[in-house]
Amino acid sequence: MTKRFWNEYQKEIADDHFFYERSCIRQTFFPGSENAFLRMMREVLHKDIRDEENQHTCTGIGYHSDIVPLETTMTVVARLFALMTEAGYTNYVPSCVTSFGIFTEMVEMWKNDPELLAKTRENLKKATGREFEIPTNLVHPSDIIYKFREELKQHMKYQLVNRFTGKPLRVVEHVGCHYAKIFPEKGIGKSEFPYVLAGMIESWGGEVVDYPERRHCCGFGFRHYLLQENRGYSIANSKKKFDSMEPYEPDFIVSNCPGCSMFMDKWQYTIAEMENKTYDHDGYGIPVLTYEEMAGLLLGYDPWELGLQIHQVQSEKLMDKIGIKYDPDAKYRGVNGKILPTPNKPTFLKQ
Amino acid sequence: MINFGYTIATTRVVNIDNCDFEKLHELEALVPSFKRCMNCGACTATCSAQQFIPFNIRKIKSLFQEAQYDKLSKELEKCMLCGKCTLVCPRGISLRPAIMNMRKILSVK
Repeated sequence: MTKRFWNEYQKEIADDHFFYERSCIRQTFFPGSENAFLRMMREVLHKDIRDEENQHTCTGIGYHSDIVPLETTMTVVARLFALMTEAGYTNYVPSCVTSFGIFTEMVEMWKNDPELLAKTRENLKKATGREFEIPTNLVHPSDIIYKFREELKQHMKYQLVNRFTGKPLRVVEHVGCHYAKIFPEKGIGKSEFPYVLAGMIESWGGEVVDYPERRHCCGFGFRHYLLQENRGYSIANSKKKFDSMEPYEPDFIVSNCPGCSMFMDKWQYTIAEMENKTYDHDGYGIPVLTYEEMAGLLLGYDPWELGLQIHQVQSEKLMDKIGIKYDPDAKYRGVNGKILPTPNKPTFLKQ
Repeated sequence: MINFGYTIATTRVVNIDNCDFEKLHELEALVPSFKRCMNCGACTATCSAQQFIPFNIRKIKSLFQEAQYDKLSKELEKCMLCGKCTLVCPRGISLRPAIMNMRKILSVK
């Protein structure tokens, strides 16, 4: 195997006993991803992972939009750590890349400023009566999937291979900015060559597309999309990436960040409506999956349980390429067996 | 087409690989001091014209250096050729001749 820079740096990832924190927005846009991760951890990897019912926001979106002050964010983060401490865990796993960035940042500040840590402990005690310990291992779920990618591969029914041509699927990987761009040493492969998703793709049979704007931000940027007037800048970033990746004809995009996955999926619809432009040959758009959805599909999980029908760009063509079996009639069937209302079709983006 | 209340912002990044610098080189041959600019903006600060109309000599210089000639013609017409910018330039750049030669090169009356 070719020696690469990123192989030289690997972060420490715990083996077992994780405390899981869910994301605020993922359960809306990718409702099956978090459950798929928990299912993989428990049923396939046989790991102990706690899904805490009393958890709450990390304030990430408010913090990065200058709405929530630093002291408040610290106390909220401390409460989440208190829940972990009370449950008897020391390995913290936040589902969201923004949360991962927030926790890493707060822990780093506490390390450098013990008085700030003491003040946060005092604030939390006054507000909730709780006490907390700083996690010994703070990792993102994509780190865990990366670490156990070979074990997962042994249980996979499918590979990232085009069954019609026999060639590896061409996959664009997009790593969230807050995963490693804030604290490079917290990411596998650091910030210059994050290998966390590329490692999964290569292990599971796919080919990573290396295109010019690979490390460019998706444009999520919090305050940039919150104001309607600024969204032109936000969408321009995604468009820059799509324009850059288009000549490489990727089969799908995979991301480990809720904001990136959501934007790169939904903005394809917006660009199609604004400019009648789609980024594949047939006008269906490039499917955007989370890494859990990618792993879940390959493990043979039901795509509709994974929530692929909730995406803006539909994934049937991709599933046909891989050879994944699915029931088209069950696409909009709820858990109670009733058929849910079907979404309106976009003007230009085919479904 | 749906009106979302915003449009896709166009990039302000200039890809210099796609630029034609022939006119810039012509200007630099005529006014060699043009190369010495450090973008301090003293010229723009002292400009009489910019006090009354939107006009920015520093921007003109940057656009010319980036070979963005299309946007320049109208801007160059605004200069009154008073020469105050040449007097204040800390790098001693002959800005008045530079503007006059830019007009000549770009065929601005």
